[in-house]
Amino acid sequence: MSIQSLDLPQARALNLPRAYPALRSIASRYGLLAGFLALWQVAATTGLVNPTVFPPLDTIASALIEALAKGRLWGDIAISLQRSGIAFAAAVSLGVPLGLLMGQIRPIERALDPILQFFRQTSALALYPVFILLLGLGETSKVFVIFWATLFPILLATIGGVKEVDRKLIEMAHAFGAARIVIFTRVVLPAAVPAIFVGLRLSATTALLLLIAAEMIGANSGLGFQVMNAQYNFEIPLMFAAIFLLAFLGLAANALLIAAQRRLCRWSDINA
Amino acid sequence: MSEITESRRGEVALRGLSKSFALNGQRLNVLRDINLDVAGGEALAIVGPSGCGKTTLLRILAGLEVPESGEVRIDGAPTSGVGRERAIIFQEPRLLPWLTVLQNVAFGQSVRGASQEKSEARARHYIELVGLSGFINAFPRQLSGGMAQRVGIARALTVQPEILLLDEPFGALDAMTKLTMQEELARIWAEEKVTMLLVTHDLEEAAFLADRVLVLPLEKGAQPRVINIDLPRPRARSSAKFVALRSRLMAEFGLH
Repeated sequence: MSIQSLDLPQARALNLPRAYPALRSIASRYGLLAGFLALWQVAATTGLVNPTVFPPLDTIASALIEALAKGRLWGDIAISLQRSGIAFAAAVSLGVPLGLLMGQIRPIERALDPILQFFRQTSALALYPVFILLLGLGETSKVFVIFWATLFPILLATIGGVKEVDRKLIEMAHAFGAARIVIFTRVVLPAAVPAIFVGLRLSATTALLLLIAAEMIGANSGLGFQVMNAQYNFEIPLMFAAIFLLAFLGLAANALLIAAQRRLCRWSDINA
Repeated sequence: MSEITESRRGEVALRGLSKSFALNGQRLNVLRDINLDVAGGEALAIVGPSGCGKTTLLRILAGLEVPESGEVRIDGAPTSGVGRERAIIFQEPRLLPWLTVLQNVAFGQSVRGASQEKSEARARHYIELVGLSGFINAFPRQLSGGMAQRVGIARALTVQPEILLLDEPFGALDAMTKLTMQEELARIWAEEKVTMLLVTHDLEEAAFLADRVLVLPLEKGAQPRVINIDLPRPRARSSAKFVALRSRLMAEFGLH
């Protein structure tokens, strides 16, 4: 029968080495990044770029390992994580409930939206001096400026997520006799989870961005401070080491949130 | 399931039902003074041209819309809003994408406060009835259109309604799936002995499934007409009587 011949190409594909497609997918995803890093290394070692400004990657790596071995950066990592962690947790614990409320109850949204838009358009860094005046130069003002900037992405994403829940699903639940609170917990909330996670990831990125800015402006510890400090002291490899650590923190936070989303939203395909 | 069948009646009576919408500042009468009695266990199809108000009528019956005047009586008692004796099957399956087939089918029961074991046990029964036992743990995105619609049907049956309301349930399915689903629905209706009110734009579907067909006119002055489909069941689409009845229905719409 002619149908059987249709199966042939597939059967042939199975004979190829198993690792081959996986390898190709890794190459297509990370090839450009690897190329960039290789170019950096070659350009720095051959003197194509000034190696005092762009030290070779191995110099940066050994500076990082040395600093960590001497215990130099650990305290900075800890304080940076503490600042951004507290601010992020506060932003999430205010932003998600408030966003659910605003998305669900129209009068509350109408009343709060103008002031929300006004605050959102005011740069958190522009307000940092105000926060310092109000809260002093200590930890509180730093955490607060990060919290301030981190609140808006999660709040807006949650409001949007709740408002965009398919009306037809809500009507279906209503038609089956679900009470309003049941519709909220069984339909609205689960439907909004993917949008809330987008907000969480945006907020996590914002928290790290603001962390660096706040630490550069008014701190004497933290990774952001170390970047500035290393530059002042012309320890360029250490400066890059701190920058790479920050990038790694951002990637790790994002990966953690994606893993949590995968667990919670097995039903939907997540294209990170 | 015998404890409920004893007291089940499922009579529907419409008395002077009217509804209009405001469109560009003009009042548009969609339904005007509809009177109708549907016996318990009867299958009634509601047909009519687009814009005749057939979906509005079904939504009023489901309690999702409020009539301007007149009332819906179920087993003799006037109703308002949604009720436990009715269940609706929409044109789209409207499944919750984060729930499995089993959880989706149990959903209607569980939001009414039934325990998880009870609602899932009943859900399993109806999943079997619609022929999806092999897909109990599948998620909606893994189902075809026809399978998803079967889940919607099972969900409505699981609450064991007296009255099953269907809003163009097979309108979005391909022709072959549609025929199969019509046959399954005829079988399920016979097994479950529920009152079935079915909105459709498919005259053959109406002739195949219904005891009577309510034809809603587009011109609001005209009276709705009721056509009896007195064909033996199970019905054969190719029988001479069926073909004759279908032609008569089509003639109502000026089709020959």
